[in-house]
Order: sequence, then structure tokens, then C-alpha cells
Amino acid sequence: MWQFFHKLGSPKWFFGISARFMPWLLAGGILLLMAGVVWGLAFAPKDYLQGNSYRIIFIHVPTAFMAQSVYIMMASAAVVTLVWRMKLADVFVKAVAPVGLVLTFLALFTGAVWGKPTWGTWWIWDARLTSMLILLFLYGGVIALDRAINDEKSAARAVAVLVLVGVVNIPIIKYSVDWWNTLHQPATFKLTEKPSMPAEMWVPLLLSVLGLYLIFGWLACVRMQTEILCREQRTRWVKEFVMKGRV
Amino acid sequence: MAFDSFSAFIAMEGHGPYVWACYAVFFVLMVVMMAGSVRSRAAIIESCRRGYEFQADKGKVASAPASSASFARVNVSQD
Repeated sequence: MWQFFHKLGSPKWFFGISARFMPWLLAGGILLLMAGVVWGLAFAPKDYLQGNSYRIIFIHVPTAFMAQSVYIMMASAAVVTLVWRMKLADVFVKAVAPVGLVLTFLALFTGAVWGKPTWGTWWIWDARLTSMLILLFLYGGVIALDRAINDEKSAARAVAVLVLVGVVNIPIIKYSVDWWNTLHQPATFKLTEKPSMPAEMWVPLLLSVLGLYLIFGWLACVRMQTEILCREQRTRWVKEFVMKGRV
Repeated sequence: MAFDSFSAFIAMEGHGPYVWACYAVFFVLMVVMMAGSVRSRAAIIESCRRGYEFQADKGKVASAPASSASFARVNVSQD
């Protein structure tokens, strides 16, 4: 068990193993996302209330869902950084923070564009929207803090603390639609209940969520590899990889 | 198909601009982010390679007169 844990923390081990998974993550992700998007755009029935504008849901929900789960993953990695000082956890946080930022922006943007024909306004200071905006600033803060500190170890700890403080925002986003009287509609998927939409709508939505998840996995691998190469360029294994093309 | 014709699909009963704007921004940003990530990894590999080649060249120059020098170079791992 402990041996596995140590191996998991080894950048070299991760580099080798991730290279094997990456083509599958990318191919599977693109396939699922495309299937979900094409099905949702062209074949799913239109909503009786919102008409065709609801088709934005097939990218809005995946990006919003990923924006939050990326933050939860970062927070888990931050705990590992603080408790076990595992280098790879810190590499993960730094590699995926910009991805989280882009996903949060996309969730806000698609939400705003969806809001115009549905609510009659691009933006409103509603609990769900405001807490998502705070998430965007949190991602920005993590990236800025990491760049502001030169020393790698101090940066890792400061960033981990910031990520953990910000995690309080996640339940606020999740439950904002229940706690406050918001314009935003309640969650589409709940673990405890059957979806409130017909299968022709929620199956493509599920496909695009899974697809985006896999694409995120691929992006995380590429970006973590970049960060590892940058940090470990003085080691022999990186030299061998760069000169001979294998780990 | 949920639409009768291709033009109906594009128009989406007046909601077309909203739907297509969302999808366009989504795909552009995703592709830019994915391509950017791959390119920055390629860039770091390239800069590492140049660094190693530079070191190797320097090593050759330094080792040429080494036979006349009295000190031995010790390689200590930096990691």
C-alpha cells in the first residue's frame, strides 16, 4: 500500500503511466462529447417551455459541472500537498487551475447567452450566478498567487491553503438554487431521483458530461507532463526521455 | 431529426444566434486550450533538448585540455 502511494507520488512513474492512457482519454472524450452534442442539437426534442434555446444545456451543464468538480479535485490535491508534501499533487493543482478557469468562464458565458432569451437578461446578481463568478475569481486567484511566489515549495503551500479556503464556495454553488429564491432552475441531475427530463434529453447530456470529463483527464495529463518536465529537467530520466523519446 | 429542414436547424425558431454563439465559443476555447497545452509541452521538450546539447558541447570543450589538468571532475547528481 505505502509502496503504491510512494510510486503514485513519483513524477517519473506518472509520466510513463499517463502516456499510456492519454490516447484513449482523448479519443473517448471527443467521441462521447460529439455524440452528445450532435444528438442534443439535432435529434433531441425541443423543450415545451423554452423552445430551442434549451439546447445550450448540452454544453452549459457539462462545463458548469466540470468547473466545480475540477475545484473539488484541486482541493483534494491541496490536502495531499499539505499533509504528505507530495510533489505530484502540487503539479496537478498548477496544471489544472487554468483549465478550471476556462471551464468556469464557459459555464458563465453559455449561461448568460441562455439567460437572454429565457429570462430576458444576460446577467442578474442571483445566488447561483454570483457564486459561480466567485469560483472564476478563485481560479484566477490561485493562478495569480502561484505566479507571484518564486520559491516552488512556498508557492505550493500558499496555493494549497487558498484552494482549501475557497472550497467553502462549492456547497454554496450547489445548494444556492435550494437555499435562495433564484432565477436559475434547480439541478438537472440528482443522485437520489430520476431526472425530470425525458431520456432523449438526459442521455445526450450525460454523454457530453462524460466526454468533457475524459477530455479534461487528457488535458490534465498533458499539462502535468509539461509541468513535470519543467521541474525535473535536471534529472537523468528527463534527459533520456528528451533525447531518446521514451521513459 | 427534431427539425424539418437544414435552414430550420440553423434558425432554431429564432434562438439560432444564441445557441450557435454558445457552441462556437465553447469549441473555439476548447480547441485553443488543447492545442496550447500540446504546444507548451512540445516547447519545453525542445528547450530541454537544446539545453542538453549545449551542455554536451560545453563538456567536449572542457574535457579536451583535461588531460593536462590535475583535478578530476566529479559528477554529483543534482536531484
